[in-house]
This record gives sequence, structure tokens and C-alpha cells, in this order.
Amino acid sequence: MAIEGLTKTTLTNGLQVVLKESHVAPVASFWIFYRVGSRNEKSGTTGVSHWVEHMLFKGTEQFPRGEFDKSIARAGGVFNGMTSEDWTTYFETLPSDRIDLALQVESDRMANSIFDVEEVESERTVIISEREGSENSYFYLLSEEVQAAAFRVHSYHHPIIGWKSDLLTMNREDLYQHYRTFYTPNNAIAVVTGDFDTQTMIEKLEAYFGNLPTGPTVPAMRLTEDRQQAERRILLRGSDPTAYLMLAFVTPEATHPDFFPLIVMDAVLSGAKGMGLFGGGGNNRSNRLYRALVGTQLTVDASCSYRPSIDPNLFAFYATLAPDVTHQQVEDAIWVEIRKIQEEGVTITEMQKAIKQTKAQFAYSSESVTSQAYWLGFSEIIGDSDWLDNWLEQLSAVTAADVQRVAQQYFAPNKQTTGWYLPDATLLDATLLDETLIDETLLDEDLLDEAE
Amino acid sequence: MPINALPNSDNITRVVLTNGLTVLVRENPSAPVVVVEGYIPAGAIHEAADKAGLSSFVASMLTRGSAHYDFDQFNETIESIRASLGVGSSDHYTNFSATSLAEDFPTIIEVLADILQRPSFPTDHVERVRQQKLVRLQERAQDPNHMASLQFYETIYGNHPYGRPTSGYVETVSQLQQSELAEFHASRYTPQGTIIVVVGAVETQSVLDLLHMHFGDWQGPVPDKQVPPFPTQPVGQQIHHLIPGKVQSDLIVGSLAIPRHHPDFYAVRVANNILGQFGMMGRLGEQVREQQGLAYYSYSSVDVDLYNGVWLAQAGTNPTNVEQARNSILAEFARMATEPVTAEELADSQAYMTGVLPLTLETNSGVASTLLNIEWFGLGLDYLERYNSFIYGVTAADVQRVAAQYLRPEQCTVVVAGPATSSSA
Repeated sequence: MAIEGLTKTTLTNGLQVVLKESHVAPVASFWIFYRVGSRNEKSGTTGVSHWVEHMLFKGTEQFPRGEFDKSIARAGGVFNGMTSEDWTTYFETLPSDRIDLALQVESDRMANSIFDVEEVESERTVIISEREGSENSYFYLLSEEVQAAAFRVHSYHHPIIGWKSDLLTMNREDLYQHYRTFYTPNNAIAVVTGDFDTQTMIEKLEAYFGNLPTGPTVPAMRLTEDRQQAERRILLRGSDPTAYLMLAFVTPEATHPDFFPLIVMDAVLSGAKGMGLFGGGGNNRSNRLYRALVGTQLTVDASCSYRPSIDPNLFAFYATLAPDVTHQQVEDAIWVEIRKIQEEGVTITEMQKAIKQTKAQFAYSSESVTSQAYWLGFSEIIGDSDWLDNWLEQLSAVTAADVQRVAQQYFAPNKQTTGWYLPDATLLDATLLDETLIDETLLDEDLLDEAE
Repeated sequence: MPINALPNSDNITRVVLTNGLTVLVRENPSAPVVVVEGYIPAGAIHEAADKAGLSSFVASMLTRGSAHYDFDQFNETIESIRASLGVGSSDHYTNFSATSLAEDFPTIIEVLADILQRPSFPTDHVERVRQQKLVRLQERAQDPNHMASLQFYETIYGNHPYGRPTSGYVETVSQLQQSELAEFHASRYTPQGTIIVVVGAVETQSVLDLLHMHFGDWQGPVPDKQVPPFPTQPVGQQIHHLIPGKVQSDLIVGSLAIPRHHPDFYAVRVANNILGQFGMMGRLGEQVREQQGLAYYSYSSVDVDLYNGVWLAQAGTNPTNVEQARNSILAEFARMATEPVTAEELADSQAYMTGVLPLTLETNSGVASTLLNIEWFGLGLDYLERYNSFIYGVTAADVQRVAAQYLRPEQCTVVVAGPATSSSA
């Protein structure tokens, strides 16, 4: 399946260009992806990629702070910036006759962002506020703990937003240096989708981006996670009365041959997810996990996720516990489902369903130029556009034996990182945890009082 | 964009079936997908205070079993074709939406007709849904963002149904009986006033034939449109809702505003865009986020419905900054009321609100939601062609007048939800 209307080229300064022309609606979307994210960060400056993303909204000489977002909005456009573990991206979707504006602002701020010291300081508290909003959720805190425990060497250990201690101490020079290192045309991919003429768009990209100088090769990310030898357990306690569980395994990167068998396993366990930000959703109650956990009233929701990434990342299970159910019961029930696939594999019907579900998701997402551009750019970072183009073929080529093999290979008790969020008020089952812990829970009167 | 590409009376088919059901169809052959969206005029406004959450509970039960699709059959039918079909409830209506490949559209209509007209409310699923809802309410009680909103609406509307969350309360959801769910459905779900919008790669006549086949025999009463009178608006209420153990507080400042049909509607929308939406959240984003660095989000919104809605500003901020954020928001309210907005601000917001239309209408679901809104509020099929003139008809004096009328700082209700602050501890 060749992606219709796709053109790829590279400017002489190294900027990769991916274009997909279509004239269904009078709109176009421009995305610029940088090959940098929390994956490229070091202790002491975690969160720097995300903070830099914020700083790119703080102005250049040509577009002082506020002028960039006003220009786009005035043109009837929408915009945003996003940072992930593997990439940082900025987009503008506009009525197609105004798409040049996106090229103008993105080429400007790739090279000319100011990073004013006062703006850095006022953004520090904004980012800490963003982080504190997340910290209001124990589910967020649990997933941050599990992620950090699952990776001890690799930088996927760090939360994308950064550790709070780093957010308090990082300075303008850290941010500016990161910007100068990674924001170069040779470390970026420009994607344009929608209503434009391809040849004209290439000329415009040349005009706006062609003069930006090639930067030095970006520093290589050399960290590799060692094979996990022992089970790791997180026990998080707090005042919220709703209990959560997370169970995670380190699994291969997007370009690994086992990626697609794992995608099928994920779909069989909790439904086909599509490829991320856009086009997800949909009903999801006929899958194995829902039946085993929600159907039996052990939990009120249950899902798993396995997302494409540059380096091995997590295949994770999530559940919100029903009242009066123990974490151990839920953990056991998830393991029953994992073992079933390890011992019996999956059925042809389930695999066909995963393929049909994926096909439909491609069709739904093709409606929006914004989601198309996201998919194209993100695929280029994680693999390349052939990887995206071959998605359905690769998925269709997976056999039941492949799925069974990957289930056996990557899922084992000593490869798991388990997180329990336990409400303070819960009395732990004495058979499961040692006495010190139980005493501590019962004696922690301050916390109990607070919860009342 | 050529004006003839806008959905209008030339390219939308609108049909009212003999049972009172209104159908709107817009063909879009560009992708092999179809979106169905609709409203049934049964909502939380029809619940008694001690039954809060009833309408929402009924909506959740519709996909849990019906005459021809029990729970497993429903799931297998929808999910094996990777369609989606969801039902929810708000103040005035129960809303449904479905997405499928065009080839599966007849299946979607068949399932939709069965679950809307013939739900079976199986007892075991009533209990499963109840358990799920109670856990969500337990989570809500710990979420400063949700609790600030809940407290704000309760304070503004008092005992009026608009003051109650559509999801209800632990006390009411625990008590709802299966018979009450079935009774609400039997008495309130009716084709009269129900709207179904279909947009996508379909042929209009075949859509009408299918809908006639599956919905034509549905009968029901004219919906009751009585709404309890509004209480007097509270003046200057200050609420601090404590949630121990949290890191960030959520702040809401606002007051009662207008219904959708009020002549000030467009002036309020434009004023709101300038105040807390445009670009990076308008003036509030500039003041509270950009200049003072107090919050990651600081914006304003207008909630309009058939009856008087609210106009509010919201920010998430560290507990030590709550007072400064509140004062900044109130100062912005006062500034809009005492000084006219600049010509540039007005022109910018008008350009955005009209210019963004092609983006809103890019996808089938964008078109379907727009048409549903047009039909629900009776705006007319050529509404989009008149829309620009409504927005450009608003003057700086209008903006100042509505701000002065609806955003009086001394009249605003202020709600903070979160941990203790120095001023409240």
C-alpha cells in the first residue's frame, strides 16, 4: 500500500521534507519535528526538552512574545507544541491559502528564539504548575514511579516534564544550549499535508528554511538498558481512596521484528489502539482484559498499552480497582491472561479483528490533515514512512505462533515492574506484606486524620 | 473558501418523519467513513433532586443490553467492525454518536435503533454500571478541577437542576432502582424532538430509507419542556472546598450569564474570546500565565444552553498563589467593563472566530456536531452563511457593555478547590 500523494525530499542543509498533497478540504497542516525529547536528557537537566518547547512560544525579534500565536489565530489557524520521550514537535493547521505563515514562524523560531532570562524565570513557575497539576493525580504519580523503576540506565527513566528538583535549578544557559544543539535543519523533519501544490510547496520550503545553516551532528544517545534480572515493586500510598495498579514490561522498539507481534498481542488483550494521539477511542469491551477484569468486577477499567518508540519501552497494564478487591487479586488475574497467550496463543478470529480494527482506524484518521501530518512525522522519527506504509502488511503477516513466542519471551515475573497505589485507609492483607509495613499504615495517624 | 462548500440549505437534506423525528443528512464522499450524531430531548433537567444522575445512568445502560443485542452481542457487533457507538447525557438531552466505515453504516443504524428504543436494563449490568459510577464519583471527590466546577455550579444555581452534576452524587446513584431507569426511558425517550444527523460517504435517499425502516415505527409523547424557575443569583459568594493531600488548587471565578437565544450571545462570545481564549488564552493567559507565571492554564469560557448559562474564568495554581490569581482575574473582568477593547483586539478575535470555520468543518464529525447544534437551537440551515455577519456585527461598545453587565467583580462567585492555603487554613 503506497501512501497516496506522498513526496519526500531533503534540502541541502539536511532538513527532511515529507509532503502529502490532498484537496479534500481547503485546509493544510504544517508540522516540524525535532529529533529530541526526554530520551536525550541527562540527570540535572531533565525536562529541558519540554521547557525549550515552551520557550519557543516566548518570541523572536521578528515575532516578539505573543505575536506568533496572535498571527496564527488571526489567520483562523490553530497551533500547539508537544514534547515526548523521542521527539519535540510544533504544528499549525490553517486555511490553505494562509499556510505560508506556518513556514515563516517555524523557520524563524528554529534559529532565532531569544530565551530572555526573565521569560525563562516566569516560565519556570508555569512549568512547575503544569507538573503540580499532574501531581494532583495518584495515577500520574504511580505511572511516573513505575516508569522510573523500570529504567535504571536508559533515559526513559525520566518523566518528560522533568523532575521537580531539576525544574527548580535549571537555568537559561542549560535551555539555550539544548536549543542550539538540537534545533538545526539537519535534526528536523518538516511535514505538510493538505491543500497545496507539491512543487510550489517545495519551493516555499527552500525559500523559508533553505538558508538556515546546517548544524553540527547532534550528540548520540548511547544508553542501553541492561536486561532486567529481578522483579521490581513500587508501593505508593496516599490520601485518595481509589486504588490503582500498573504492571509493566520492557519490550522492543518500533523497528524490531517483534514489534508487530506485540502490537497484535496488545490488540487482543485490550483492543487495537491506532497509533497514538489521533484516531484512538472507540468501544473496547470485547477484549480479553476487559472480560477478565471489568467483566468479573475486579476492576472498573482495565487496559494495556504498547506504543512505538525509538528504544525499548514499556508494554504496560493499567487498572482501577473495584472496592474491596486486593491488588494481588488483580495482578493475578492479569497474569492469568498473559499465561493464556504464552500457553495457548491467540485465535485467527482475534487476529483478523485486530487487522480490521486497524484498517478502520487508518480510514478514520485520513479525514484530518492534522492527524495525517502527525503520523507521517512521528513515523519518520520512530522508523521511516515505509514503516508506516507497511503497517498493515506487517500486521497481516503476524502468525499466532509469533504472538505466542513474544508473550513467552518478554513477559515473566522477573521481568516485571509492578506498581500499587494503595489508599492510606486500606488495611493490607497480612499475608502479603511484612508487619513493619502494616504497622506503619495503621500508625500513620496524621494521614488518616487528613483523609477524613 | 468558496461559500458553496459550506453546509447550507442546498446541500443538507432535512426531513421530519411523521413521528416527529428530525433527520439531517450531508453527503461527503471524500473518505469511506460515516458519522452519526444525535440528541434525544431527555436529560438531567428532568430528574428530581433525589434522583440526580438518573438520566446519565439510563444513557450508560443503553449499550448494556437491548431486545436484539445483549451486552456481548453489542460489543462484538460494534468492535469487530471497529466502529464506535457511545451514549451520554447532559442537562437537556441524551446525546449519541457513532462512527463507522461506510460499508458498515446499515449495521450501525440497526444497532442504534435497537438500543435507543428497546433497552432491557439487565439487573446484573445495573449493578456493574453502578459500581463503576461510584468509583468515578469517589475519584471526582479528590479532583480539585472537577470539584471546583461542581461547587461553582451548585453555588450559582442552588436547587435548580442546572446546579447538579449530571453524573449525580454518591447518595443518589447508590439508590437508583432498575425500575426507575426503565421508567425514565419509557416516559422520556421519544422521537418527538429527537434529532439524527448523518454525515459521510452515504447516499441521502438510502440513509432516509434506512432511518425510516428502523425508526419510523417509534412512537412517543411530546417532550415536557417545563423548567423550574431560576433562583436569584447569589452575590459575591466565596467558597473554599478543601481537598487535603493535593499539590495544586483550582480556581473558578464567574457568574450567571445568558441563554443561547439572548441578543447578547455574539457579544458575549467575542468578549470571551478576547478575555480568555484568543491565541494563548487571551488577556487572562497573558496576565496570569505569561506575565506573572502563576498558572499553566488560565482561560475563560461561556456555557450557554436553552436557559441562562454561566461565564467563568478558571486557573490551576499553587495554593500560595490563589489570591494573586483571583485578584488578577477580577482585575481583568473590571478592565473589560471599564475600558473598551482595542480595535486590534476586536478585529483579531473576529478574524479568528470566522477564519477558523474551515478547520471546524474539515471532518465529518465537525460537520455533524455543527449541524446538530444548528438544529437543536433552531438556527436555520443557512446559519453558517450568516455567521460571519453576527460576529462582525459586534462592536467594542457591545463588548464593554456585556462585560460590565455579566462580569461584575462584586457579584462574582469565587470557588477554590484544593489543599489549605495560608488564608483559609
